[in-house]
Amino acid sequence: MRYAETGFNLEVDLTRGNIEKVATDPKDTELYLGGLGTNAKILWDRVPPEVEAFSPENLLIFAAGLLCGTPAIGCNRTIVTTISPQTKLMAFSMMGGFLAPELKYAGYDKVILRGKSPSLVYLWINNDKVEIRDAAHLKGKGAIETAEIIRKELKQPKAQVAAIGMAGENRVFYASIEQGRSSASRGGIGAVMGDKGVKAIVVRGTQDINVAQPEAFMELTNEVMDYIQFRNDNPIPGVMPILAGLGSPQEMKVHDEKWHTENFNWGNSRTRRKGFWTDEIALEWMETLDNARTRLISCYNCPMTCGATISMPGLPTYMMKCFTKLTYTMAAYSDLDFGLRIAQRATEYGLDGFSAPQVMAFALELLENGILTDDDFPEMPADTEGRFYYLLDKIVRREGIGDILANGTYWAAKEIGNGAEDYAHNNIKKHEQLPLKLSMLNPIYYLMYCTGEKINITQIEGQFPQAPYPKKEHREAFVKDWHQVPDDKFKQYFVDWNPRGENSMPFYPTVDMCCDIVDWQEMMHYIDDALGQCAGLSSFPLKPPYHIHNYPKFISAGAGIEMDEDSLSKAAKRYRTLVRAINIRRGMRRKDETPPENHWKKRFPELEKELLDTYYKFKGWNHDGIPTKASLHELGLDYVGEDFVKRGILTVNEDVPSEEATA
Amino acid sequence: MKSQKTKKTIKTIKIDVDKCNGCRACEMICSAFHAEPKYSSNNPARSRIRIIREPLRDLYIPVYAGEYAVAECAGRDKYTIDGKEYDECSFCRASCPSRDEFKEPDSGLPLKCDMCEGEQEPLCVKWCMHDALLLEEREEEVDEPEPEDEQEELEIGLEALADKYGLEKVKDAMARISKKD
Repeated sequence: MRYAETGFNLEVDLTRGNIEKVATDPKDTELYLGGLGTNAKILWDRVPPEVEAFSPENLLIFAAGLLCGTPAIGCNRTIVTTISPQTKLMAFSMMGGFLAPELKYAGYDKVILRGKSPSLVYLWINNDKVEIRDAAHLKGKGAIETAEIIRKELKQPKAQVAAIGMAGENRVFYASIEQGRSSASRGGIGAVMGDKGVKAIVVRGTQDINVAQPEAFMELTNEVMDYIQFRNDNPIPGVMPILAGLGSPQEMKVHDEKWHTENFNWGNSRTRRKGFWTDEIALEWMETLDNARTRLISCYNCPMTCGATISMPGLPTYMMKCFTKLTYTMAAYSDLDFGLRIAQRATEYGLDGFSAPQVMAFALELLENGILTDDDFPEMPADTEGRFYYLLDKIVRREGIGDILANGTYWAAKEIGNGAEDYAHNNIKKHEQLPLKLSMLNPIYYLMYCTGEKINITQIEGQFPQAPYPKKEHREAFVKDWHQVPDDKFKQYFVDWNPRGENSMPFYPTVDMCCDIVDWQEMMHYIDDALGQCAGLSSFPLKPPYHIHNYPKFISAGAGIEMDEDSLSKAAKRYRTLVRAINIRRGMRRKDETPPENHWKKRFPELEKELLDTYYKFKGWNHDGIPTKASLHELGLDYVGEDFVKRGILTVNEDVPSEEATA
Repeated sequence: MKSQKTKKTIKTIKIDVDKCNGCRACEMICSAFHAEPKYSSNNPARSRIRIIREPLRDLYIPVYAGEYAVAECAGRDKYTIDGKEYDECSFCRASCPSRDEFKEPDSGLPLKCDMCEGEQEPLCVKWCMHDALLLEEREEEVDEPEPEDEQEELEIGLEALADKYGLEKVKDAMARISKKD
């Protein structure tokens, strides 16, 4: 008997229309847990580096995390994995909502799509009955609209639907997969779904999910519930509101946007507007949000209310969470009313709220600077807001200039040429980042920006405060009940950290401390992504209810796999290294691991080099960021080492020995 | 009336639909609590509470499983409250032939909320951290049941069984039970 997981994957060959229910090897669960971990294993085994994003050989995997569908609070994430058309690397975007538990109840841990359907279809999974159904009538329909139509036509109000909009159908490189209040947005996975001819995945499940040790599991769950209550009653003092509590950043709840609007950059990640947040604007935005927001809502089995239903007068209702609230507003130098309105259309189209607004602002910058001309934008309105709607429609239809912009700023700039590259200035690994430009280099963030392979800062940061409190007594107070740290040394790192003067950035935390901190932050995200746990109750906020000390117990009691902190850390390291191996095999190297050049004004090349050198070594990677044969061996990944040797990525006798090789 | 008065605890779950965040933790924990052995599995389809959740229409209604109904009702109701239209059956607690609600998914046997007997409070109430579900207890004086009431209850129960399985099967079962004794 399998616990927590179902032990079955659904393999769908879209080319031939073949569907199989395949039993999985429990050994893989022990080694790679589930979710992201086992996705990475499948991608390594079955998608060689020659396979491109839009090849029928590419896989699109929808995985429910290992503990999804158990009573573990907030464990509801679907981990979608494929090869990204934009980065050409592994993409593992994810979403909360209700799909992952439903998939478990239907009897599957993963849905693995391969091939390409000759016409637009949707997949209907109703427990053991699985059908590929015609979706011709859904072509061009919005993602939210599609879900509603399908539920009606199947007469299945309880079915969960993940769908793409027009952006995915037309293979926009930053198209998302939308699932009601949630979306998997990064890396262009919606484009791969569109390329495969799949409009939606629809799931209904009414079967049991078992846990191995019911009493122990419930005790752990009750502790988490109590701690959530405690943290709700005791916000962290002295930090901005969105960092004080648990959950994803509470953007739907919070009215005070002073910090974001004045510290993030407007336009194409260009302009900081100090003094923007006046009383007048605060009042106006508060009214806009209060009038639009019908209700704060949650994902499956989670008390946090990170999302909201948004009804703008005259527009269909949609759901929103997090930063899409601000990204369109700020890119267009507009107001919240505009932001919430255009986000409605963008959500139906199915677009990543980070990339899309930046691409549009980028296009307008090129026009302003004469790199593109009016001829490239026939009949474009004169006002910025009108222009954003115009560009949005062009992009998702791939019409005219929209066809080039649909590939994101990196590829668009290359195609446009004529100096356009300078305007694609906010990318890492060819992917648009948060619109944020800062002054002093932050050594912790430097490492995260460089080496994060989800290529999104919010998906690697967390737990460790972003900045020190001014006074030592406050820092001491903070660490007093900080039981989440893997080791007490982290408390000392924080207590000794000063905002300026001695022990301040960029030379403090020291290089070695930075390695420890970043490794811990990243490890917790990777564990979440295998278990299906939302980062909002775990790796993202300060002092979360889930941490390295209770996770092994959850896995033991839930999945019946013996686990302690060491073996869990090792498992996480194993599939984290496998993710890197997939990307290394696809050509990613040290040269790609760099933040946007202008991310910080004050840079320290020597320190940065030392940081990366040391961190690579710490992680068991060579000077070029390639996992060494010794470290692969230690993780039981000899098959990766052998493949690297076969492909000439590493040499037979020794790993490319550090310094001399590339320096 | 000569009947005896006794005290009885009435348990009420107060449902505040405005506070419901639609997370369905109540469905999950209900099914886990009623699993055999307790908490060994969960499956919201077995739950004795269900959330009607339609975010785009802002409908969130927790409904508890009530009595088993042999036949579906002839007439149904559609409510409009505060401009929101609720489908027919929305507020109905019955496990009935017209729909799949409140039935064991494999056997089709009806389910009914038992307020998680033996627990401090129903588990759905405990797990609703937004207090959309709250337990209220009060004491009421009620008439001691008369012997003829008990007889009537027994007969209603037997008739329901006969309706479902046929009189012959019920008779056979009774005969077998009698033999064991």
